[in-house]
Amino acid sequence: MDWLALSPEEWSAVRLSLWVSVWATLASLPFGVLLAFVLARKEFRGKSLVNGLVHLPLILPPVVTGYLLLLVFGRRAPVGSFLEQSVGLIFSFRWTGAALACAVMAFPLMVRAIRLSIEAVDHKLEAAASTLGAGPFWVFVTVTLPLILPGILAGMILAFAKAMGEFGATITFVSNIPGETQTLPSAIYTFTQVPGGETGALRLTLVSIAIAMAALLASEALARRLNRRMHAA
Amino acid sequence: MSLQVDVRHHAGSFGLDMCFENQDGLLALFGPSGSGKTTLVNLIAGLAKPRAGRISVDGAVLVDVKEGVFVPPHKRRVGYVFQDPRLFPHLTVLQNLRYGEWFTPSSERYASLHQVVDLLGIRHLLARRPAHLSGGEKQRVAIGRALLASPRLILMDEPLAALDDARKAEILPYIEQLRDELRVPIVYVSHSVAEVSRLASHVILMRDGQVTAQGPVETVLTHGDLLPLGEKGEAGSILHLVVQAHDHAYHLTELQSAGGNWFLPLLNAPVGARIKIRVRARDVTLALQRPVQASALNIQEGHVASVALHSGPDATVAVAVGGEHLHASVTRRSVDELALRPGVPVFALVKSVTLGR
Repeated sequence: MDWLALSPEEWSAVRLSLWVSVWATLASLPFGVLLAFVLARKEFRGKSLVNGLVHLPLILPPVVTGYLLLLVFGRRAPVGSFLEQSVGLIFSFRWTGAALACAVMAFPLMVRAIRLSIEAVDHKLEAAASTLGAGPFWVFVTVTLPLILPGILAGMILAFAKAMGEFGATITFVSNIPGETQTLPSAIYTFTQVPGGETGALRLTLVSIAIAMAALLASEALARRLNRRMHAA
Repeated sequence: MSLQVDVRHHAGSFGLDMCFENQDGLLALFGPSGSGKTTLVNLIAGLAKPRAGRISVDGAVLVDVKEGVFVPPHKRRVGYVFQDPRLFPHLTVLQNLRYGEWFTPSSERYASLHQVVDLLGIRHLLARRPAHLSGGEKQRVAIGRALLASPRLILMDEPLAALDDARKAEILPYIEQLRDELRVPIVYVSHSVAEVSRLASHVILMRDGQVTAQGPVETVLTHGDLLPLGEKGEAGSILHLVVQAHDHAYHLTELQSAGGNWFLPLLNAPVGARIKIRVRARDVTLALQRPVQASALNIQEGHVASVALHSGPDATVAVAVGGEHLHASVTRRSVDELALRPGVPVFALVKSVTLGR
């Protein structure tokens, strides 16, 4: 079973992928909830445009998304250079860039799941809360948010899974640097490009499957618990 | 409490134009479905904005369109018990009850958890989640939740409509206690004469968004022609009587009245207690002489106070008995044959009495 043991480089790719995906999921979550809420509840001019922009990464070739990120967040690009000078945040050829690419690619899935759950919330409960003295902020925090928790959870799992598998946009935007931007898919891709890399590719594939399954099972268990809490005696 | 309402509003094809004022007690908004009762209550709660007009409670303006005032619902301190209980499913009963309390400054709280929990008999439910309560239990918790926010006024929008008769009977006494013991001003929406006559001190009859009649419950509910179609037969009188004696052999309770004592199935009330009864006009027969050898126990002696002729075959005769009026639904033909005119002495035979408490 020695062939199953991961080499230090492979471990590094696994760790990096987990790190990047967790960051991509958590950092985009507040924006995801906010945008899902706006899209579910507000009517404004240009709503379909915003909706289209959010969904764009889902339909564009990932390479195109990665190239667009390069054009906007590269070190000499407008937003990229501004962020570097103002807060010292650099995306290009860093793990942060990988996280950004993953977040953008996963964002539509997250927003979709959360938006659906917000639309399913009974508006009457929120009206009841307001007659009890809760202002809009507290209604959201104490009623809406707890009720959409399963949807948020589903959105996070989807986003995490998508981030773990993201390849095209990441490799275009931040390349494939071992230890910095070489995520699991990039590492598998690299293995398939060199002679004798089959076992490495297989090992990382098994790791990918394990992580995906674990995430799925964890989300199922959490959703069951939330559901039980809501309907338990 | 004084509630002043003068609003105009449009909801779809439907127009609402209401102007009324109410002092203490329980005000019933009474009318058929689609008459605008819920819309009006939503305007008072702040869940909808009127197109024009003004609403104030105890002098505090809640909305004044001309002045550009609109107090949002969470700052109105107007409680709301909805037709569906709308309990928060993710919170326990206790957390639901405390929800509004948390948003009320402690200086303005008048309802305490223990008092409310005991009043509504929900102590054994506190740790449960709403999903595991019966319909009646849910509605009691919803009433408690509204009460614990210490509102200036509680709106109840047909809180019993979704419940069966047994559950209704279970909740009515609690609403009476709210009214009598905590003295919370209540605006109660209903389309049931039985509920209104039992609970309300004042009634506003509504139809198509307009006030058709308003006043004390004793006078308004005599207008059978104004009541909703299905409830026309429920029109009648409300009388206040005092328990005089209990007859355990015949299982009857005797109630004192100037026009002759009443006999009701044995009541669980002490001698001397004041009792409210409701007599439907269609259950009252009139005779010019005291009927002899008749089975009716309840025969009231009085004289005709007024006669109202309706467009169909019917007429409503008000009979003055003591200081109160007993209404009888008779045919116009009988009015002519018996020559019923104000002042004529008559005997009223009552076939059935509903307890109004």
